[in-house]
Amino acid sequence: MEAGDRTVLQFSTQSTANLSAKVHPLVVFNICDCYVRRPDQAERVIGTLLGSVLSDGTVDIRNSYAVPHTESAEQVALDIEYHHNMLVSHQKVNPKEVIVGWYSTGLGVTGGSALIHDFYSREVPNPVHLTVDTGFRNGEGTIKAYVSVNLALGDRQLAAQFQEIPLDLRMVEAERVGFDILKTTSVDKMPTDLEGMEVTMQRLLALIDDIYKYVDDVVEGRVAADNSIGRFISDTVAALPKLSPPAFDKLVNDSLQDQLLLLYLSSITRTQLGLAEKLNTAAQIL
Amino acid sequence: MAASSTARSFLQVAATEEVISPLRVVQIEGLVILKIIKHCKEFSPALVTGQLLGLDVGSVLEVTNCFPFPIREEDEEIEADGANYQLEMMRCLREVNVDNNTVGWYQSTILGSYQTVELIETFMNYQENIRRCVCIIYDPSRSNQGVLALKALKLSDSFMELYRANSFTGEKLREKNLSWVDIFEEIPIKVSNSALISAFMTELESDTPVTQCDYDRLQLSSNPYMERNMEFLIECMDDLSMEQQKFQFHYRSLSRQQAQQQTWLQKRRAENMARKAAGEDPLPEEDPTNPIFKPIPEPSRVESFLITNQIANYCNQINGVAGQSFNRLYLMKSLHDN
Repeated sequence: MEAGDRTVLQFSTQSTANLSAKVHPLVVFNICDCYVRRPDQAERVIGTLLGSVLSDGTVDIRNSYAVPHTESAEQVALDIEYHHNMLVSHQKVNPKEVIVGWYSTGLGVTGGSALIHDFYSREVPNPVHLTVDTGFRNGEGTIKAYVSVNLALGDRQLAAQFQEIPLDLRMVEAERVGFDILKTTSVDKMPTDLEGMEVTMQRLLALIDDIYKYVDDVVEGRVAADNSIGRFISDTVAALPKLSPPAFDKLVNDSLQDQLLLLYLSSITRTQLGLAEKLNTAAQIL
Repeated sequence: MAASSTARSFLQVAATEEVISPLRVVQIEGLVILKIIKHCKEFSPALVTGQLLGLDVGSVLEVTNCFPFPIREEDEEIEADGANYQLEMMRCLREVNVDNNTVGWYQSTILGSYQTVELIETFMNYQENIRRCVCIIYDPSRSNQGVLALKALKLSDSFMELYRANSFTGEKLREKNLSWVDIFEEIPIKVSNSALISAFMTELESDTPVTQCDYDRLQLSSNPYMERNMEFLIECMDDLSMEQQKFQFHYRSLSRQQAQQQTWLQKRRAENMARKAAGEDPLPEEDPTNPIFKPIPEPSRVESFLITNQIANYCNQINGVAGQSFNRLYLMKSLHDN
């Protein structure tokens, strides 16, 4: 850009300044599954993203489905009717999920993507484009999200640029519980609730150990003390309620007794069931 | 199968029945689990259902994909709509190379109260068309307590035969030695994931334990959950006692009928003696047209079995949660002591 020229290349960044996207892991699973199942001649998979736009402008991506497409060097053809059919079907189940963008596998954005992005921007005002690198080209699986930004020179539209927006991966509590199962390629049996407790408690123990080590290091001068961390630690320790030992013991014992009572009740019920069963079917009619 | 049957004629092979290997394990993909969790959670506390798709391989039933059903109104035209939706989804999924084979369905439940007659009916319907189907039950309320409450169920074969014959009398049950635990068979679940997905997941998971917190499991208040469980349990006990009263009523009327039959028989015999003395033909000792000989139908035990199953389920759940609470309480205690 010449310094003397009045017209400058404008980036309309107002709309994208605070735009970010949140992706549920289900979407990643879906995309990977579609990629594994793609027809042989296709190099990548393209599909639609469903979700909603939250009140603060972030895009919440919750679901996705693949759309068959054909791609050659010059052109890209998308099966629009399929796309609409799937959309209608999905909306029958969840009318709140609308199109928020589209995804494609493979790193980077190609020329064909601009055309597809154009198509999607006709459906939705500001679609988000998600790329999932299934080829692991950078040595890791990168997931990026882009929005299209218009480049204008004065009044003339020059081109559209894909600008990256921050991406956030959320996981709901229930999913987090099962996350360990989802990580490996196969799990032989589902963990029982006691095993789950064990894992959680071990993690808590590991955390406490870390903190211990850190405090020891600081005291012995091995690590520079950080005041904010120190404050956090003291806050946490102070969060334990200050009850006198007898009062606390009484609390704990009361809860223990309640639980024991419930256990006893349920055992009685089961014994009763066993008895009733025997009586019912064993009764002989003359 | 094909290799060993080369010596037999085609007719022979077609005539011999295949030995169906018993279903030992249900292999679910992580994708399906996430989809089920998401669907059930979004609509909780309403109950939702969906279809499972996959492959039936030997003694393993693989579930590779699923799709949810829209909430159905009880209306005629929407019934046809539902069938259309299903066909449409199956067709679309086939185009992207998803297994097009229905292997069962999933449904959500509240606190484990899923044993109803409708479940059995649905099972029978599915069993007509598909050789092996499972039902996956997911409990979102229990998952909030920190357990992945996913179960794969199947009706046991002996129960299915009895149900088809529609005979649930006490004798038949004793014959087959069928008790209430035998209705549903729970099949162990195995989770599998493609290598790509596990690579991504390991990648996305942050390494520090700090952000891995699932400390909701360590929450101390399990009281509301236990209370609801107990409420359900009490209601079920009421239902069970009602069923048992029905049985008692049946027994009483049966014994009353038998007493009536005896008196009638005595009267007949006395008459016959009198007739013999008078030289006439004796009357038959049985009279099928007399109403006191009409057999009283025995009430079906299906309901009571189901209720019993449900109660056992609640008891198990209470036990589980109580165990967890013990752990938490002791943890608190030791924290405080330090």
